Amino acid sequence: MDYLVYLKKDMRVKILLPIFVIFFLVIFLIFYKGLNHTNIYTPKIISNENIPLFKTIEFQSDNEITSKEVFSGNDYYLLNIWASWCIPCRDEHNFLMKLKKNEKIEIIGLNYKDKEKNAKKFLNELGDPYKKILSDSDGTISIEWGAYGVPESFLIHKNKVIKKIIGPLNDSSFKEIERLVK
Amino acid sequence: MKIINLLIIIIILFNFNLSNAKDINSSSKITKNLRCLVCQGQSVHDSDSEFAISLKLVVEKKIDEGMSEKEIYEFLQIKYGDWILYDPELNQKTFILWFLPLLLFLIGGAIIFKNLKIKKN
Amino acid sequence: MASLIGSYSLFFGLGCSLLVVFFSLKDLKNLNNLDNKILSLTFLQFLLVVLSFFGLIISFVNSDFSNLTVFNHSHTTKPLFYKISGTWGNHEGSLLLWLLVLTLFIFLFLIRSKKEPKKYRILTILFQQIIIIGFFIFLIKTSNPFDYIYPVPKEGLGLNPILQDPALAFHPPILYLGYVGTSIIFSSVLAASVSNYITKEWAKHIKQWVIISWIFLSLGILLGSIWAYYELGWGGFWFWDPVENISLMPWLALTTLLHCILVLEKKSILTSWVIILSIATFTLSMSGTFLVRSGILNSVHTFANDPERGLFILIFLFTLIFLSLFVFFFFHKTDKKNTTSFFLLSKETSILVNNWFMMYFLAVVLIGTIYPIFLDVISSQKISVGPPFYHKLIIPFLIPFLLMMAIGPKLNWIKSELQNKFYLASFFVISLFLSFMIIRMLEISILINTVLFASAFYLFFITLRDFFIKGFKNLAQNIAHFGFSLLILSILFNNFLSTEIITNLKVGETYQSNKLTINFEKIEKKKMQNFEAIIGKFNIKNESDYIEILKPELRIYNQPNIVTSEADIKTNLFSDKFMTMNLVQNQEYFNIRYQKKPFMIWIWFSVLIISFGGLFSLLKKRYES
Repeated sequence: MDYLVYLKKDMRVKILLPIFVIFFLVIFLIFYKGLNHTNIYTPKIISNENIPLFKTIEFQSDNEITSKEVFSGNDYYLLNIWASWCIPCRDEHNFLMKLKKNEKIEIIGLNYKDKEKNAKKFLNELGDPYKKILSDSDGTISIEWGAYGVPESFLIHKNKVIKKIIGPLNDSSFKEIERLVK
Repeated sequence: MKIINLLIIIIILFNFNLSNAKDINSSSKITKNLRCLVCQGQSVHDSDSEFAISLKLVVEKKIDEGMSEKEIYEFLQIKYGDWILYDPELNQKTFILWFLPLLLFLIGGAIIFKNLKIKKN
Repeated sequence: MASLIGSYSLFFGLGCSLLVVFFSLKDLKNLNNLDNKILSLTFLQFLLVVLSFFGLIISFVNSDFSNLTVFNHSHTTKPLFYKISGTWGNHEGSLLLWLLVLTLFIFLFLIRSKKEPKKYRILTILFQQIIIIGFFIFLIKTSNPFDYIYPVPKEGLGLNPILQDPALAFHPPILYLGYVGTSIIFSSVLAASVSNYITKEWAKHIKQWVIISWIFLSLGILLGSIWAYYELGWGGFWFWDPVENISLMPWLALTTLLHCILVLEKKSILTSWVIILSIATFTLSMSGTFLVRSGILNSVHTFANDPERGLFILIFLFTLIFLSLFVFFFFHKTDKKNTTSFFLLSKETSILVNNWFMMYFLAVVLIGTIYPIFLDVISSQKISVGPPFYHKLIIPFLIPFLLMMAIGPKLNWIKSELQNKFYLASFFVISLFLSFMIIRMLEISILINTVLFASAFYLFFITLRDFFIKGFKNLAQNIAHFGFSLLILSILFNNFLSTEIITNLKVGETYQSNKLTINFEKIEKKKMQNFEAIIGKFNIKNESDYIEILKPELRIYNQPNIVTSEADIKTNLFSDKFMTMNLVQNQEYFNIRYQKKPFMIWIWFSVLIISFGGLFSLLKKRYES
């Protein structure tokens, strides 16, 4: 402020003006670049992380089951979080059915905040791609997986998440899974 | 007056973080500091989205399991990134964020001080 | 038809701008009085924008879906009131409102500045026209509210239900009167710099414009906050959301300017600082518009995301910034003999200290708001900056700030002694004691709270006493400062005494705690014009067996198909009872949230008092002159 007063007029122009101009130009550039940035947040995919340990109820049999029992024996698993009330889940269901034919991978369903009746109706209607279905009635297991909605899918190899798909599966993510599983 | 003010500020700055930990309802305190990722600009505590409801349960569960506030933040930070924390922790990334305002405050004070006539005549 | 008239009015309005610029430049060399053509053209331009605005309103009222804006934001079943308020509830319409305020203010300025030097007036017109032309082009090129759509759709897409609310109908016009009103301060200060007219007289003349903008901005922020409180359904009134912050930043700058201009008015010093503040105020308003409209921010209220719009405002904003830099560095002459120092105990110093703290608060809000954007661009790392950050950096500084607010106004210009030291000190002791007792009672024995309460009480008592002993002297200032102390006290009490119960209930169930019971009696369904309401009836019984009935609603809007939750709030002088209910996915349970929020009404009321302080000083000036 009155700092400016101490400097002589030409000094002000010579020193302060360029500083201000550069300062505002930098801000301009940053905003300009920011315009092209997306502001939709997707969490970073942390690979090489061990899958979380949890205990839950198996959907079909109502037996308690631990994550260790579920994810052992096979090389590749796809954990798919789904619910009968979730509309995008219907879109991706075809891909899951296709993936079921791939023998190298087991698809595990995590049924998110669903009613048993509705979930069964959903599977009768569209087919059941899941080897096992685990229940996540209050959504807390999904949080342990770092998911924040339905649908989400996690490709698991040797107890590590190697790929995470947020939102419904599509052509490209389906092909990528097939490629990774080979 | 000034010196007293400064003293007060210093005391407070030292007490601030300490005192916060004594909050009674720590579950709601924690969820107020978490950003609801599926909503826009809402804390987990204030949101009724599915994600937020589940996350509230998880936080309560973790408290019951004996996790401290800091551990819960770290746990969620690993799962969801820094974005979920409303209270950015002090590190390289946020150094400027926390200290630039304080630095500006000091500069402002220096400018005013320089223009003061301290002598009383 | 109305759209067509509106559309043409815009083009003619832009034409007026060019003519005004032409005549103003021609008239600049003339020594005579201001060319009457300029005044008439400015008035004509204002009328054309009003016409255009009415054109849009009529299109909305008639549900003319051949207009793209109407199609996107209206629906035939919407109540008339919201059809009208929908006009400015969208990007295009609200920009037209921007333009309306811009032209209104320059017209009023011309009428109210007849005594000012002619060169200064013409230059003000020119600078304001630069802004107006920029917005005309922006509106016509990237966000024309009168774009056509063919074939004409039968039905519109509807207005977002959370915007269908009385407070939000008035919020934008009032906020804009303040927000955009700062443009005239910007134009005026540039004009005064160029014509070397930054003097006591100028300060006196521009002060009223500063106060007017300040009043409207305060009221606009208040309305927005009230809306958020009851409509967003989580019972808070300030979330440090980026969009709230960008309305707060011009307010902080404007409040600083308001204080600083007093010094200029009395002593014609601090000229550079006044210029910087005036420029900063409008620049912050513009930046806010950029941040909201470009979609660069992640916030509850962001408008349409369109990079082209963002780019236009960005370039325009920085054009104005560089123009201001140019004017400031090449035209503004700092007067050597005015480089005075200040005595520690003087009004000047106390105002400077006010400025110092206000600038700090501004820096906190500004940095907190845009730092995440910068970090994201530079290092692709995303962080959130939320309430805890602002609280930690602002609350400790509020304490000395409040104390200064109490003592500062007691000092005289140039040099003074503190009189009545005894009562100043004894009031402080009383405040400290009182807050100590309260803190004990509330069982929140934290040092910072004790001191914070004490300093707020201190300001409260000192200003209260001044009402009685000082009478009319400094009354406006005293009202505003008193309002501020009341605001801080209400917020503190509200914060510490609020209680909350969150639970899931089925119809017929009762929630019981040791303090109260909540009985979910029944739900009713009601069909309204454009939504269906599910109304819950809850009986809340407190310790003294007093039963209160609350009826929160769920509204299922037809167009767009959105479910909103409407809080039911029972307000009285001491506390609000606030209740919301929400559906729980796939269950017959409802998620119930019951909050008791003490002194809510005092928060609103104290902001009104603060604004009234401004109004009072404006009226007093009229009365005196």
